[in-house]
Amino acid sequence: MTNDPNQVDTATADLTARDERWQLRIRGLHKSFGEHHVLRGVDLDLERGKTNIIIGGSGQGKSVLMKHLMGLLKPDAGHIWVDGQDIVPLGDVEMSHLRRKFGMVFQYAALFDSMNVVENIAFPLLERYKMSRDEIMERVRDLLGRLDLAGVSGIEQKFPAELSGGQRKRVGLARALIDRPQILLYDEPTTGLDPVATKNVDEMIRRTADDFGVTSVVISHDMASTFRIGDRVAMLHAGQIIANGTAAEVLKSTRPELREFIEISGLVPSSKGPEVRA
Amino acid sequence: MTAASHSASPNQAPVVEPPPSRARLTAIGDVIGAPFKVILGYLGDHATMLGQSLAWLFRPPFRLKLFLEQMEFVGVGSLPIIILVGFFSGAVAAQQAIAALEIFGQERFVGATVGLSLAQELAPVFTALMITARAGSGMATELGSMRITEQIDALTTFAVNPVQYLVTPRIVATVLMMPIMTMVFNIVGLFGAYLYSIYLKDIDLGQFIEMYEYWTDPKDYVIGGVKAIVFGGALALAACYQGFNIRGGAKEVGLATTRAVVAGSVSVLVLDYFLIDAFHILWPAAK
Repeated sequence: MTNDPNQVDTATADLTARDERWQLRIRGLHKSFGEHHVLRGVDLDLERGKTNIIIGGSGQGKSVLMKHLMGLLKPDAGHIWVDGQDIVPLGDVEMSHLRRKFGMVFQYAALFDSMNVVENIAFPLLERYKMSRDEIMERVRDLLGRLDLAGVSGIEQKFPAELSGGQRKRVGLARALIDRPQILLYDEPTTGLDPVATKNVDEMIRRTADDFGVTSVVISHDMASTFRIGDRVAMLHAGQIIANGTAAEVLKSTRPELREFIEISGLVPSSKGPEVRA
Repeated sequence: MTAASHSASPNQAPVVEPPPSRARLTAIGDVIGAPFKVILGYLGDHATMLGQSLAWLFRPPFRLKLFLEQMEFVGVGSLPIIILVGFFSGAVAAQQAIAALEIFGQERFVGATVGLSLAQELAPVFTALMITARAGSGMATELGSMRITEQIDALTTFAVNPVQYLVTPRIVATVLMMPIMTMVFNIVGLFGAYLYSIYLKDIDLGQFIEMYEYWTDPKDYVIGGVKAIVFGGALALAACYQGFNIRGGAKEVGLATTRAVVAGSVSVLVLDYFLIDAFHILWPAAK
């Protein structure tokens, strides 16, 4: 953790060794799409077992950064270490093995339209292992129960089009959790939800982190959610991390881009910690 | 000498600018070459996708269910439209053939004319166009929707190769089903021609069958079958490429579907021309 939230933690102690505190370490990440230079040297550490939130405005490269973490995109330059292993040079097969450490919850859940809820949740198990149907159903039903979906009538046989926005997010989370990942990535999980549903999703993220002991990485521009659930917050602006630290530290940042973001969102820092004005 | 080279300091190498005429020629070359670059890039992308699909066909895991689902979609799902179009195409071919042959009093050749036309041309081409319109558009829409709703990214996160999971089964299923559907088109088309000729134009049944048997042989159906296989690969590849590679929103899905149908239909007709040439070279006796 940095004392000055405006400074990126640049601890460069052996990045190739597994670090007890930092599970993901990113250094000098660059990515361009044609003329558009999206990531311009991202340096960031993400803490094991904590909820790490990456905030930033639209088009600042948050989703691009997240896709790099799972190897869905390859950077033009830079490195990403996951438990001391640099994932940038990995080939398809090695990357496929490494992805088992990750689960990803997409912005709009990205459930497979042609499959029902059970088939969606069981998909990673069916693709990766030879498990009996009973074993799979046991794990699916366990997750449905833990994510408050078991009470929804006929949920198992429903198709994504028959689910509400909140239910889709939960099914998407169940699918991400079914293979017991160590790291869970959320891409703007509260986008398009009403305030009550947003609060429910926030609680779901918080509870998942506590219950499953996963490292959560959340991409968001929802500041209220960020300070409700975030252990650590980093701000991505113009392709670089301009603030990084605990939620309380980041709230005190003097960076004008961050101040503007905080003030417009209605959050006011106080001596007791963050408060929501309205 | 240019003004730029005059102003260079004595320690610097003089800036040599290309003569204006050469610069103009380069610019003209760029303008003329641009469309060729685009076309070559487009063909290269298709070839890459085809290569990846074929490579993934022989690598585990093998998901037979996906292939069977696609064969059902392309084959069984297209059967009604193939039967409908096949019947009327055969009847129309007979109508036109009789109208022309009547001039010479040779209507008895209608069985041979329609049989040959169907076997080598009408059946494979019309079947391919129908499959492009029905199954090709469906493939582009489905893959496009999956792309914009991040379902394809989701597959990758579960260590599933999306080309192997989505593209390979569609191309293989279309290649396998096209010759079968073409044979269905042939049979139904002949039936349509038979009904029109025998019942509406009073052509002698014996002559109809005799001329058909005499002038057509299995080689004609082999030519039609090979065409069907090539057309199937081309139309499915065009559809998958358009759907798989879209960027943007719902509007893009619609545009990709349109492009898939246009690209599929055009490639079928262009390939048909070259295949006829190829058959004439490889198989000079081909009728």
